Amino acid sequence: MTLSKVNVVIVGAGAGGGVVAKELAQAGLSVVLLERGEWVNYDEHTDDELWSQRTPALGNPFGPDDKRYRRVVVNANGSTRIVVPSDGGYSNNAGCVGGGTVSYGAMAWRYMPQDFRMRSTYGDVEGSTLADWPISYDDLEPFYEKAEYEIGVSGDYSNNPFGGPRKKPFPMPAFPYNKEAKLFSETTMRMGLHPFPIPMLRNSVPYNGRPACIHMRSCVGFACPINAKAGSQNTVLPIALATGNCDLRTGCVVSEIVVDDHGRARGVRYFDADGQGQEQPADLVVVSASATETARLLLNSKSKLFPNGAGNNNDWVGRNLMSHCYAGARGLVEDEIYEEAGPGACIAICDFSHGNPGLVGGGMLANEFIALPYLFSRSRPPGEAIWGKAHKDFQRRNFKRMIRIMGPFQEIPIFSARVSVDPVVKDAWGIPVCRLSGTQHPYDLHGADFLSQKAEVIIREMGATSVWRDRPTTLSLSGGQHQAGTCRMGDDPQTSVTNRHGQVHQIDNLFIADGSLHVNNGGFNPALTIMALAYWVSDHIKTGWKGSQFR
Amino acid sequence: MNPPHPEQAAAIGSGGVTRRTAMKFAAAGTLGLVAGMGATAGLAHWIRTAPAPYRFFSEAEARLLIAICEQIIPRDDAPGATDAGVIFYIDRQLATVFVRHQQTYRLGLESFRQTCLELYQVPFEQLAFEKQTEALRLIESGKVPPKLWGDRWPAAFFGLVLDHTRQGFYGSPRHGGNRDYVSYRMLGLAYPNLIGQNRYAAGRPV
Repeated sequence: MTLSKVNVVIVGAGAGGGVVAKELAQAGLSVVLLERGEWVNYDEHTDDELWSQRTPALGNPFGPDDKRYRRVVVNANGSTRIVVPSDGGYSNNAGCVGGGTVSYGAMAWRYMPQDFRMRSTYGDVEGSTLADWPISYDDLEPFYEKAEYEIGVSGDYSNNPFGGPRKKPFPMPAFPYNKEAKLFSETTMRMGLHPFPIPMLRNSVPYNGRPACIHMRSCVGFACPINAKAGSQNTVLPIALATGNCDLRTGCVVSEIVVDDHGRARGVRYFDADGQGQEQPADLVVVSASATETARLLLNSKSKLFPNGAGNNNDWVGRNLMSHCYAGARGLVEDEIYEEAGPGACIAICDFSHGNPGLVGGGMLANEFIALPYLFSRSRPPGEAIWGKAHKDFQRRNFKRMIRIMGPFQEIPIFSARVSVDPVVKDAWGIPVCRLSGTQHPYDLHGADFLSQKAEVIIREMGATSVWRDRPTTLSLSGGQHQAGTCRMGDDPQTSVTNRHGQVHQIDNLFIADGSLHVNNGGFNPALTIMALAYWVSDHIKTGWKGSQFR
Repeated sequence: MNPPHPEQAAAIGSGGVTRRTAMKFAAAGTLGLVAGMGATAGLAHWIRTAPAPYRFFSEAEARLLIAICEQIIPRDDAPGATDAGVIFYIDRQLATVFVRHQQTYRLGLESFRQTCLELYQVPFEQLAFEKQTEALRLIESGKVPPKLWGDRWPAAFFGLVLDHTRQGFYGSPRHGGNRDYVSYRMLGLAYPNLIGQNRYAAGRPV
């Protein structure tokens, strides 16, 4: 049925949607926020490694579930396979109130100034759609700051000479180093590198009414039992709801953006928690459903002026799907280095993020989150036994003696890596599903190789006896939790989906606010940039809002 | 009503197995489907006729799989896969969230059984431990009579059992394995991981 009209309907209550809901509800707009998942908490899933967002052996605790969701993956040889969310190829991001921010590792990186000017900095790369962002680091800086203060970031950049300029310090002090980080710090300082604490969307001291972190070893992949980890669900969303202007509807799966014959968005159609079809009219529509699902929703929204999907007349929706090419190294040390203090990851260097001879971009390197016993049992040097007594001995001897240094190498965008909509396969609601095809650019493997070499050298310097590198050696399609790029922002409508404000070209009242906007994805975890962009997009909407309509 | 998972539907309707196996297989599949919806009168019949104490495996299949898992994580001065109850982990998941792997186990275990009989003339469970290791290496590397495996890949079957064994040994006890946190004890990991008691002083790890 058709519901009563509101000012804005937002699709997705994750890193982007939470911020937009809060900003617009506070500005007095009536907001309906539709989320496919439900509220979740720690108590239901506790610290169960097999039922965690990081190792979903038995499924994703924070969604989406394997029963109702599926996707189609196009294999290298052109054949296809159907995958469910707990399969690796699905490229899952959590489906719950808060989205990925409930269970993420909570690294709070700003991209560097060069990340917004990749084309200007590095020139053309054959086979890539590498471009500059239409906005600069300086444009986004105030919104990074707002995200850091409103959602809450702990950090200290006094030993990081590579970060972009900051007007204000971090709102909370950095976390202390664990044993591994202390060794990493001494070693990299000796090597002339610049180690510093990883900025975290996690409370190092009580902040904004939430307590300080108690250092669970099960942190990444899990909800925080005390809400020390900051996500949309425990920061911006409660504020949005408290205004009385935001109606959050959970269990609601959006099937289509309604675009009229004049090219205006009229609202969305969705299935409510009871599976009933609903139509929610709105003055504005904001899509923040993740790079895969946002692209899918636009592509599934066909209209007279946009027969190939909303904003897709130039075939750029769903293109340039990217993530990060993770690479690093592992090594074993003589004395125990494991500390029963999560999450583990706490120190990084940005010495290899840019300016690497012969390379485009680079990536930060950091120590890793604690690998719980099952994940650890899948981590072995090449040639080492993977079962039997030798495997058990390795686990027992080395669980507390392994160093891991990893980083996200910045992938370069490629037009053929894409989300499209499968012509046949549908989900439980009858909505055509994502079809994922293409691979990374071959260049990314060189970058990953470079980054893993650097990690190997550091780990050897840290005194590890046995060291092995960890990097992809074959091309695959990138995506997963860091998915980005499918609705690129740009000044030229021929080569982008939205303008610099996240406003879809030719559909003035349709906005995007998530990682889909990223022109490239930096050499960093993307959550804080998604949040900052959501503040940026919201600011534009608020400025243009004239009391009853946009513009 | 949600459609069954495509692989699940394919598994339930599969051919190429004996009638008896197919019957048992269908029963187990039904059990898996119904388990999430609460017990019904029809379900009770199958529970009574299912081979106790397993939901999916026959006694013979379980004996074979227990021996395979014990090879993957053998008992030494610390408990092994059998002690940890890995078989119960795998059995329980096959009846519920791993319904899509039922066919792989049913056919794979049968091929495995026949392979050992052909190579050694005795069942795998009765081989000496070292001979079992040797047999498992052959299957892992695929150096086995292909006619016994059809178009299935022995290494893929082994890989699945390997992964599930590690899950059952190192995962949370709430799923039937890692009995009494044996693997956590072996690794020297504090358990249970009580919130707020992880040896902190003044908010900092010590």
